[in-house]
Amino acid sequence: MGKQDVLKRVEEIVDSYDCRREALIAIMQDIQNEYKYLSTEALELVADKLGVGVAKVYSVATFYENFSLEAKGKYIVKVCCGTACHVRKSQPIYDGLREYLGLSGKQKTSSDALFTLETVACLGACGLSPVMTINDEVHPKMTPESAIELLEKLRAKEEASHAEA
Amino acid sequence: MAKGFMIIDGQRVAFDGEKNVLAVIRKAGIEMPTFCYHSDLSTYGACRMCLVEDERGKLDSSCSMEPRDGLNIKTNSMRLLKHRRTILELMLASHDCDCTVCPKSGRCRLQELAQQFGVRRVRFKDTRQRHEIDDSSDCVWRDPNKCILCGDCVRVCEEIQGMNILDFVGRGAQMTVAPAFERKLSETHCVGCGQCAAVCTTGAILVNNQIGKAWDAIHDPSKRVVVQIAPAVRVAVGEAFGIPAGENSLDKFVTALKLIGVDEVYDTIFGADFTTVSEAEEFKQRLANGGPFPMFTSCCPAWVKYLEYENPKYLKNISTCKSPMQMFAAILRDQYAEKDQADGRTTFHIAIMPCTAKKMEANRDEFKHDGRPDVDLVLTTREIIDMLRETGIKLGELELESPDLPFGMGSGASMIYGTSGGVAESVVRYCVPDKSKNALREIEFMGLRGDGCIKEATLELDGQEIRLAVVNGLGNARKLLRDIDEGKAFYHLIEVMTCQGGCVGGGGQPQSLRVTKQERRDGLARADHSAPFKRAERNPVVMQMLEEMGEEKAHRLLHVSYVKE
Repeated sequence: MGKQDVLKRVEEIVDSYDCRREALIAIMQDIQNEYKYLSTEALELVADKLGVGVAKVYSVATFYENFSLEAKGKYIVKVCCGTACHVRKSQPIYDGLREYLGLSGKQKTSSDALFTLETVACLGACGLSPVMTINDEVHPKMTPESAIELLEKLRAKEEASHAEA
Repeated sequence: MAKGFMIIDGQRVAFDGEKNVLAVIRKAGIEMPTFCYHSDLSTYGACRMCLVEDERGKLDSSCSMEPRDGLNIKTNSMRLLKHRRTILELMLASHDCDCTVCPKSGRCRLQELAQQFGVRRVRFKDTRQRHEIDDSSDCVWRDPNKCILCGDCVRVCEEIQGMNILDFVGRGAQMTVAPAFERKLSETHCVGCGQCAAVCTTGAILVNNQIGKAWDAIHDPSKRVVVQIAPAVRVAVGEAFGIPAGENSLDKFVTALKLIGVDEVYDTIFGADFTTVSEAEEFKQRLANGGPFPMFTSCCPAWVKYLEYENPKYLKNISTCKSPMQMFAAILRDQYAEKDQADGRTTFHIAIMPCTAKKMEANRDEFKHDGRPDVDLVLTTREIIDMLRETGIKLGELELESPDLPFGMGSGASMIYGTSGGVAESVVRYCVPDKSKNALREIEFMGLRGDGCIKEATLELDGQEIRLAVVNGLGNARKLLRDIDEGKAFYHLIEVMTCQGGCVGGGGQPQSLRVTKQERRDGLARADHSAPFKRAERNPVVMQMLEEMGEEKAHRLLHVSYVKE
């Protein structure tokens, strides 16, 4: 999807809220739901349409942990680090995946833009702990090995479909 | 308006319409410490320094508390003192404490309060990540490592200027104040008004300091240092030397500049008389040609920059006249070319301005010839105060000396350029055919000057009704433009000054509240009243030079177009 299409869609989203300033957070949530993150261009357009300063919009976007300002991978992997999962060793899963994806420092998305690795506080599925989700699909009772295996399968699938195309 | 009595530290204190308990406490003679509270801005209530304790031991910030009859509070209990010290300690722990070499030292609110409350050691380690200093702007420097997050800059930029260039970024311990996407100031729409620096409580935002360059030039024998002094400077520069705000200390200031080694000292009001005549002639021409209206004044560089960034369709409405500073500089360069050749020295032109945006204006390509700016250096009032301090000169004790001639003379009309409404009034004085004293008085009370944010007046000229407006504060200018866009307002001439109250409240002036700005304004009004002549066209030098110049040269020296092809 081209940049212009994205901005057109962003404009539609803002219009659907009648350009109300108080809807800023809802607007940003909608944009993030569609594009998984808030791009600079999108935020600038939102500020312009709402008649709010860009700095204000950026301020709100950076205040909430939930908003991402970086592009995300095709698959968003969330490792639960809630109490139950933690006790049943979710940390090694997270560490194993980070190493597998070659992530360093603050980096969350693999360099091939396929995976974004995040943690989540609790998914409410403690009976299945340690839990991991990939694009909101729940995977129960994980180990570092089985988690990496899942990602490898997805990567192979992507490569195959790429080769076909 | 609430009225009644409060008990403050056991003392009965009457209140009558004060906007918060803090104001009542201050009225009672107790100086409450604050960082984030600025009486000209909205209440934020974040720094917690102004905490008070009520009878039940409840603590609350007095800046965000409404005065209530019978309220019984303590301002200095043991608990409060301990809290204040802890707050200060925590702030110091996350502040770059290089006070001995900090330009703000001695005027820093954090330093002042830490001393006042006897904070002698800091128990906490500074664990913050270091931020890069942003020196990209011609006008102000930002050092986020010194920011204590009081937010005054954020609020002045948003509430008064309507720009919202700076805002809080992130949250909690990671929070900083920065432009959107943590860009550099030069990459934003910042117009350089410097109000953020004017309200900053620490050394986190400072005027771009060019004192070093000034000293280099002054002590270079191959340079002839020629200075021009803007109107608003003379009523503020004395404040740092015990002279009350509003007192015209121009003559002492001239002596001081000569003492530190400046060769020639002139007055920007000379340039302003050129501006008035040129701008009034342009206005008359527009009236004859039917537009384009409104005609905007062009003296304020931050306003010009604002239109370039945010509303370029109005650039054609800006008067083609250069600002007084640039007119003065163009004339000086023209007049001194021969002199420079004759004695082999180069003229180094310094403009002393109340304004940070003038630094950016001087640097504009339009005002450079052969790569050299007409104004070599702009110093703000604050910088020149620092230079005088360095020399140990006591401004108040100096002899009087008038600016040099011929460029040191100007009308009373040009004196009021330093206040909101002054430029418009000067143009009106020129345009109105009745040159009597009574006509002058009438113009003075038309309502162009004074406190309002958007002031309007009408006058009749050749049977035509002329509508004038005067705006100060960029936020108000933005509103007015919106009204014009929507067809709700129409004016022939609009004067816009970016800073509240006009140049007397400029970003390069000593830190000041509204009252001080008003005193400076009144000082300029007195200077106008005592001026030997009140109208620009009565300036003999200006009129003679204009005549000799001819139309072509006048256009080249005095006019500029900001419209991009």
